[in-house]
Amino acid sequence: MTELYDVTVGNKVPKVQTGINGLDDITAGGLPKGRSTLLSGSSGSCKTLLAVQFLYESVMQFGETGVFITFEETPAEIKKNVRSFGWDLQKLVDEKKIAFVDVSPEPGERTTIMGDYDFSALLARIEHAKNSVNATRISIDSISAIFSQFVDGGIVRAELFRITAGLKQMGLTSLITAERTDEYGDISRFGTEEFVSDNVMILRNVSEDERRRRTIEVLKFRGAGHQKGEYPFTLTERGVEVLPLSSLELTMPSSDVRMSSGDADMDRMCGSGFFRDSIILASGATGTGKTLLVTTFLNEGCKRGEKTLVYAFEESRYQLLRNAKGWGMDFSKWEKDGLLKIVCTYPEVRSLPDHLLTMKREIEEFKPKRIAVDSLSALERVSVGKSFQEFVIGVTSYIKHRETAGLFTVVPSSSPRAVSVSEQHISSLTDSIILLRYVELMGEMRRGLTVLKMRGSTHEKEIREYTIDSEGLHIGDAFHNVGGIISGAPTHIIRGESDRMGGMFDSPQI
Amino acid sequence: MSFMLRLYITGQTPNSIRAIKNLERICEEELTGQFELKIIDILKEPQLAENDKIIATPTLVKELPPPLRKIIGDLSNTDKVLLGLDLIRKTKQTDKEE
Repeated sequence: MTELYDVTVGNKVPKVQTGINGLDDITAGGLPKGRSTLLSGSSGSCKTLLAVQFLYESVMQFGETGVFITFEETPAEIKKNVRSFGWDLQKLVDEKKIAFVDVSPEPGERTTIMGDYDFSALLARIEHAKNSVNATRISIDSISAIFSQFVDGGIVRAELFRITAGLKQMGLTSLITAERTDEYGDISRFGTEEFVSDNVMILRNVSEDERRRRTIEVLKFRGAGHQKGEYPFTLTERGVEVLPLSSLELTMPSSDVRMSSGDADMDRMCGSGFFRDSIILASGATGTGKTLLVTTFLNEGCKRGEKTLVYAFEESRYQLLRNAKGWGMDFSKWEKDGLLKIVCTYPEVRSLPDHLLTMKREIEEFKPKRIAVDSLSALERVSVGKSFQEFVIGVTSYIKHRETAGLFTVVPSSSPRAVSVSEQHISSLTDSIILLRYVELMGEMRRGLTVLKMRGSTHEKEIREYTIDSEGLHIGDAFHNVGGIISGAPTHIIRGESDRMGGMFDSPQI
Repeated sequence: MSFMLRLYITGQTPNSIRAIKNLERICEEELTGQFELKIIDILKEPQLAENDKIIATPTLVKELPPPLRKIIGDLSNTDKVLLGLDLIRKTKQTDKEE
């Protein structure tokens, strides 16, 4: 993923990679080396998990050892909690890769504070733990707990400065978690935690439209570059994964290799086929043949021996196979040959960031040349706030990076003049747009199709009539003397009775 | 009733020295020889601080008699130390109510 950014060029502050998916992208290379980074978040925002993951990935990916200081949970509890990710911390402790410093409160213990004291003991224990495993990284979870154990804020503040200075002196790259009460309020509960650290990151867990949305933001990195704004993250079986959406750059290679849509007329309308690494959006109401377009597109790929992957969010696998068969395309065979992979899920089964991650993983594994998503509008149902936009950006840029063609379908909003959210967000990201529309003409429901946009190529500008039968989609001739098709209110342009009857369609071959 | 006490310090800082002096005086005056006191320097033996989860120094830990009690600070206020140890001062009759 390192090729995705070049913000680090010229930076004075060296960074250490965290190995946490996506985090190194939004931090432009990782955490500032030898410094402390505060990770502030409300309860349940994955602070502890991220603090553990930082050390775990360090050991597993870079062979860097670490110290974990826990103020809240006992080491036993932490070890147990992360077992569900398959992380065996006890093994790493036994192998002297990770050392715990346990400062969690003993239940029922009474502590009295009187007179002067300092935190030299803690510092001495940290140093001892550091030396025992030869650590370069340290996680402290959470520093706010010190404030609740020791009431004298003045002493605690001064002592925390001493500790962070001590960590710096030992050359440790540290991740320190802190509690915060409001998602968009003060950085930390006691208002002072952020001052002990050069760098601040914030974890958020906001409820929008009855759905949870987790984000991470790099608030400041003193003297070092980073991506700005909130980035969604999600919990997967690999722990925390950040989606570095807008850190992606538009540096995708662009080829002028064309690929067939499976329909010769459609190819002609697009100026001899789709581009190989382009995103094609097919917009049409229900019953206009979007799924047929997708099926034809995939079938053509399979016929050429290309791997194809389809995400069906509206139809079951059985329906898809049956429909394809009805149009004379044997999807079961392609599936058996390993050329076609059908993924059918309800959009509701997971959040959009999770969908994006699973899709990325499947694409990575299957390595398809053609991908279809039918339909994006179904995914829009489960979106929260900006997450749909982020999802579309994420999936399109990922597909393009892999020199793969993507055919996405959307259902336009029922009001013909309004643009649906999916169209709004995706139209500028797509290379080609195909519109499928119903045309009510002379008391008949007919269908019209046009290529609205074809980036980097000429294409037909006409609106053509098409029909769907058991053989598939047939593109016919252009509508003439009819206006307002795309706006949803077709009107005839009547020049005269004979004109109307004879000249509605220019059909020399019929 | 015999006391088992541990005093954690970090090197010979003014706080450490004060805490040792205060504790020795309290033990002599109040515990009348029925005690076992161990002074642990965390800088020299950091691993010994793990069991008692020591963060701050000086810290006095009373292990026996139960319950376990911790007193953090330089132990300069004798009354409070005794209160923290669940003891009532012998030498003075009038205790200030806390």
